[in-house]
This record gives sequence, C-alpha cells and structure tokens, in this order.
Amino acid sequence: MSEHIVSPKVYGIIFLTLMLGTGITVWAAFQNFGQFNIVIALAIATLKATLVVLYFMHARYSPKRTQLVIVCSVFWLAIMLALTLADYNTRPHEGRWAPADTCYRV
Amino acid sequence: MHRTGELYGHFETLEQQKETATLGMWIFLVTEVLFFGGLFLTYTINRHAFSTAFGIGSNTLDIKLGGGNTVVLILSSLTMAMAVWSAQVGKKRLVSIFLIATLGLGTVFLGVKVIEYKQKFDHHLIPGRSFDMKYHPSHPMAGDDLNELALEKEEVEKAFALDPDINAHGQLYFSLYFGMTGLHALHMIVGAGLLIWLIKGSFRGRFTPQYNTPVEIVGLYWHFVDIVWIYLFPLLYLIDRHR
Repeated sequence: MSEHIVSPKVYGIIFLTLMLGTGITVWAAFQNFGQFNIVIALAIATLKATLVVLYFMHARYSPKRTQLVIVCSVFWLAIMLALTLADYNTRPHEGRWAPADTCYRV
Repeated sequence: MHRTGELYGHFETLEQQKETATLGMWIFLVTEVLFFGGLFLTYTINRHAFSTAFGIGSNTLDIKLGGGNTVVLILSSLTMAMAVWSAQVGKKRLVSIFLIATLGLGTVFLGVKVIEYKQKFDHHLIPGRSFDMKYHPSHPMAGDDLNELALEKEEVEKAFALDPDINAHGQLYFSLYFGMTGLHALHMIVGAGLLIWLIKGSFRGRFTPQYNTPVEIVGLYWHFVDIVWIYLFPLLYLIDRHR
C-alpha cells in the first residue's frame, strides 16, 4: 500500500471552503434565528472540523484502523456529552441553579 | 536501540514505521478530544444555566481580533499541510519555508491573544476581586467605539435587572474563557516548540519523500489545535451577537 499524496490544489479548495465557513458563521451569528443560532454555529463548526480531519489530517486516505480510532473518539465524546447532559437536564435544580427568570434562551 | 538511517530495528519498513507513529499520534489526539470535551461540557452546562451573563460576557470580546485570529490559524493549517506535501514530493527548501510560515502565523495568533487578554485586564474582566461588568461601559478608553459602548452599557444594565448576581455568573464565563483559550494557547506554544524542532531538522535536509514522519505527525497535532479553535470561536465570541 503506497502513500497517498494530497495535492496543493485540494488543500487550496479545502482552505477556501474553511474561510467561507468562517464567514458564514460570523454572518449567521448576527441574524436572529432564535434557538437555532447555536445549532447553525455548531453545524458549520462540525463541517469545518470534518474537512480538516478528512483532508488536512489525511484521514480519508489513512488505513482502516486509524479511521476506526478517529470514529471511536467521536463516539466516546458523544457518550460523555449525551449521558452527562441527560443527567443534568433531568434533575430538579431548586436552590442550586439560577431561578428560571434569570435565564433566557440565546 | 538498533537503527538503520531513520528506520528503527523493530520495524520492517519505513512505511510500517510511519503508520505506527501516525496511529500513536491519533490515539494521543483521542485523549485530547476527551480532555477538551470535558471543558466544552462544563461550558455547555453553565451557558445553559446562566445564558444572560454568558451573552453579555461574549459580547465584550472583540470579534475583529477573534475572527482575524481564526483566519490566521486556518491559514497556518494550510501552510502546515503544504509543508507535509513539500516533504512528500522532495522539495526540501519549500519544507523549511512552509514550516517557518506556520510558526510565524502561530506566533501572530499568540500575539493577538496577548492583546485580547490585556484588554480584559484593562476592562476589569479578570475573575477576582475587581471583576466588574459595569466598569468598562462607564469608563471609556482611548480607541473605544462610543456607540458600541453605549449599547453595551444599556445591555449590562438590563441584564443586572434580570440577574442581580451577574458579576458572579460573568466570572464563570470569563473563567471558562481564560481556561479554554489559555489551554488552547498552551497547546499552540507546545506546537511552536515542535515546529522549531522541525525547522532545525529541515535545514539539515532531514525530511524526504521516504522519511517525513515527524512533519506528518506534528501536522496532525497542529490541525487538531486548529479544530479546537474552530469550535472555540463561535462558542466564546458569537453567543449573542444578534441583539
């Protein structure tokens, strides 16, 4: 199995896409999409991160076992986030968190 | 340890050695994902609980400096990727040039971070005894945009009416801001050290199409640090800009 060399042209396209993503992120932050602002910001960030992993970090051309390690990291992160947030969101918070009227959705 | 050129005795080929090193770096990066993941989790829980204070805190950050730094860091990822390419195709001079460019851009990023931190000291936004979110809007400094500041003042006053403990909750935001960007900057400093080591190697012509593992795995680390910033920028700077 020989090494795959990613061409400068591909790097350039990925770079321009990342710049575009950054621009859209900033633009979207100034629009009022209600509670979807955060969803949009995270979706673009995840898309950008995926491009970096696949092309800059060569994951797309890596051996299967390296790809497995990468997928595992995302999976473990998802377990940590999902279970901890599920725990926090299903407990009563009287007295320990701020009262409801000090919070608003951003 | 027995070693022939760059090939260590317990590997059969340079390619096998490189795949092993790359896998090892990825396993390290998995631990880094979980490490930063814990910080992002803390951020999420507190932002949900104290969204008013987090929104105000976020709006005090300078979006031009933060956005500019995002561009600088992504550009440094491009030059790092190009350094790997240069080594793979055997352009030894270009390897040095791209590595130096990466180091330069990384240094610019850290310099901008210093300016941002200094501003926070001037504005009394460092968690501690003199932390006060009301301070800056009523004490304009040279170069401040007064319209922006009036808007901020109104916003802070409204927020105080809503959440009287906003100075406590604001400190939570800024603790996370300094903790997360500080650890990110620490990773950048480590990366800069690794780049200096690579640049020294590249001057000796060490990296060739046959052997470029160090450039490749430092590149993985550098791109990972870039990814952390790709998440930090919208989460810290852009919480509540649509006021």
